[in-house]
Amino acid sequence: MADLTSTFCGIKSPNPFWLASAPPTDKEYNVRRAFEAGWGGVVWKTLGEEGPPVVNVSGPRYGAIFGADRRLLGLNNIELITDRPLEVNLEEMTRVKKDYPDRALIASVMVPCDAESWKSIIPRIAETGCDGFELNFGCPHGMAERGMGSAVGQVPEYIEMVTRWCKETTDLPVIVKLTPNITNILYPAEAAKRGGADAVSLINTINSITSVNLDTFSPEPMIDGKGTHGGYCGPAVKPIALNMVAEIARNPETAGLPISGIGGVTTWRDAAEFLALGASNVQVCTAAMTYGFKIVQEMISGLSQYMDEKGFTSVAEISGRAVPNVTDWQYLNLNHVTKAVINQDDCIKCGRCYAACEDTSHQAIEMGADRTFTVKDDECVACNLCVNVCPVEGCITMKTLEKGEVDERTGRKVGDYANWTTHPNNVAACVAE
Amino acid sequence: MSNTPLTPGIQPGRLPAESYPAQFSDLHPVLDHHEALVAADRCYFCHDAPCMTACPTSIDVPLFIRQILTGTPEAAAKTIFEQNILGGMCARVCPTETLCEEVCVREVAEGKPVEIGRLQRYATDTLMAAGVHPFARAEPTGKTVAVVGAGPAGLSAAHRLAMKGHDVTMFDARPKSGGLNEYGIASYKAPDGYAQKEVDWLMQIGGISVVNGKKLGDGLSLDALKAEYDAVFLAIGLAGVNALRAEGEDKPGVLDAVDFISELRQAADLSKLPVGRNVVVIGGGMTAVDAAVQAKLLGAQNVSMVYRRGRARMSASEYEQDFATSKGVQIFYNAAPVAVYGNGAVAEVEFEYTSEEGGSLKGTGETFRLPADQVFKAIGQTLDGAPEGLEITDGKIAVDAVGRTSVAGVWAGGDCASGGEDLTVTAVAEGRDAAEDIHAKLMEG
Repeated sequence: MADLTSTFCGIKSPNPFWLASAPPTDKEYNVRRAFEAGWGGVVWKTLGEEGPPVVNVSGPRYGAIFGADRRLLGLNNIELITDRPLEVNLEEMTRVKKDYPDRALIASVMVPCDAESWKSIIPRIAETGCDGFELNFGCPHGMAERGMGSAVGQVPEYIEMVTRWCKETTDLPVIVKLTPNITNILYPAEAAKRGGADAVSLINTINSITSVNLDTFSPEPMIDGKGTHGGYCGPAVKPIALNMVAEIARNPETAGLPISGIGGVTTWRDAAEFLALGASNVQVCTAAMTYGFKIVQEMISGLSQYMDEKGFTSVAEISGRAVPNVTDWQYLNLNHVTKAVINQDDCIKCGRCYAACEDTSHQAIEMGADRTFTVKDDECVACNLCVNVCPVEGCITMKTLEKGEVDERTGRKVGDYANWTTHPNNVAACVAE
Repeated sequence: MSNTPLTPGIQPGRLPAESYPAQFSDLHPVLDHHEALVAADRCYFCHDAPCMTACPTSIDVPLFIRQILTGTPEAAAKTIFEQNILGGMCARVCPTETLCEEVCVREVAEGKPVEIGRLQRYATDTLMAAGVHPFARAEPTGKTVAVVGAGPAGLSAAHRLAMKGHDVTMFDARPKSGGLNEYGIASYKAPDGYAQKEVDWLMQIGGISVVNGKKLGDGLSLDALKAEYDAVFLAIGLAGVNALRAEGEDKPGVLDAVDFISELRQAADLSKLPVGRNVVVIGGGMTAVDAAVQAKLLGAQNVSMVYRRGRARMSASEYEQDFATSKGVQIFYNAAPVAVYGNGAVAEVEFEYTSEEGGSLKGTGETFRLPADQVFKAIGQTLDGAPEGLEITDGKIAVDAVGRTSVAGVWAGGDCASGGEDLTVTAVAEGRDAAEDIHAKLMEG
């Protein structure tokens, strides 16, 4: 059993699996059960200012996208921050932290964008014994209409300003949660760093409408015939989150800034991928909301087995391991030639590779007698679509041609590494010469 | 002239010699990687899953299937073994159709359950093939425990006790450990010496010494064990066999089904094992099915299974019954043996039809005869050789929920003990739970 102990911007937890600020962390009852199930940390459901709490809709607040077998792939929500009084949340946080001193307990905060609001609430929350703060600059629905959440997160100057207020007020670590609803994730990340943030967490949810009711012609989730855009999360957003995490990790301005990876983490593999792209830990929400708290057991056993197999002795050893291999398109090797290969022993003869290639790609798969499918090397551009649509994992693989071998499609021999910057078709490159 | 299914009498080699391996090959071959992923993907990861509740050892089925699905069958195996150290054998012999798979929500919804048993085997086989034993012993406690009987209950208890740091001595009357796993189940359920492989793998925990060829009343006494060890766990099974109480049942050719199965399991060459042309098996349990199907697979021309009550009352599941008939066994319901005929060896068995009225069975007066060169009795086993001084209830050693007998310091589990069905998985649960209680008791100080 590998040591999964995690340290994130100075905050220790027994494993890198935290629950994100969301409905699962809204109250003491849930958080205690989460800790009993094995979660390493919890970011408490976002706290708002004192006074009458926000009010949620009393109709559906979630919409979903499903995969085969009704597996939930994407979830969207129009829920606001905690709708329970601040004092109740603070009392509960204090009790929970006292009983679980080894787990990370982070307070997510969202108050109006003025210094007094932030500077007065931060010390009060600190009295709970929490390990740090996460500034919610991410929620794209509801609260944004009131000048909070992503309304702040979309303006780098505001991020920097509020982060600085918080850093002036507390010695505890301050994590800035970023919204993906922007043009370039580096601007808000750099702003957070300038403001003195100890870390960033991303991504918050993505503006979305999950579906439309074709009887009432209203977006889902639908409230009395109307709908509004909600925040999208779950496995479907993972690729977007991975890219944004990687961009921050490889950007010289923000390199080394601790990152908490969020967005569709569902299995130990997802978590390991976020780590490899530069995150120090991960936060989970949709997977817990889909399957319950117990999934963390698979995450723990899976990551542990993987680390043992790879000989990694700490989570930190995985963190950032893939970052040097994230590059720009222009530096990809244009002389790297591969061809699809179908393993006939593994093929179940469903023909999906054929349909995909014949109808939508390069007509490079031949369907023979008795439904035997083979790749035409002289047509195959190595797009990988057949690999992606094949239901049998590992049945179709991409074979790399050795240097000097002839690519039957172009008739040319495979040469040395060469990229677009020096390619003869690149007019810019020619001009530069 | 070689023998055929039609050769009269009890003869070996009724089939071509090369056909025996295929006849007795794996009933349900292990799933390959792709099959396992497809099967695992069908699991809904139910909250408070019915399958887990139905399992006598409470294996966390949704968790281990999810672990398979996410590419960690080794972690899945550990999840299984934590609850059931004989999870590999149970994956092969459990009547899943009346346990986990019967209550699978997809069985209810579609009549096609997630293949839990086969997924369990996929996981456990993967880990065992890697030669990994996922548990380590705790610090030695200095306590000693005698386990009498090396069947499923005894093995389960011995492993759990050894894991807790106790020193275990496990006794068994037979030359090999494994109990019914080794001697009492159909060979196609656990081919290729699986029972011994599993015992060897289980023993990797360390701290268990095995003494074969000794049993209570013959080299062992409970008083001596109690004096020598800090605790005693009895898992002696059911060594006795019920009599038919039909005239002529002592004729040559009339055998106990358990002996036939045991002989078959230990046979080095099945083509040399004799079987009748006409075989009659009397009884309605799993032992009867195992004997009947294997007689058929050995090349008997006609195999009949006769049960005194109706189909629904049979303790062999409907799946087992259908499996037997699919192999060519003919099942007669509502018929009880009256007499065994034969001038010397058995030649015929006479049955009387029965009817059940208010729970009691009555002969209808109408009889019929089946030709028989060989008759296997499979109408239940009984407790035999239980030490004196233990309270007996309904023919079994009386135990409480954690396996304590009426005598302090003595626990019992498995088929010899009261409570639970006589299943491998139940025996494993009872052995494990008794071990936990023994451990708690020994560590009280």
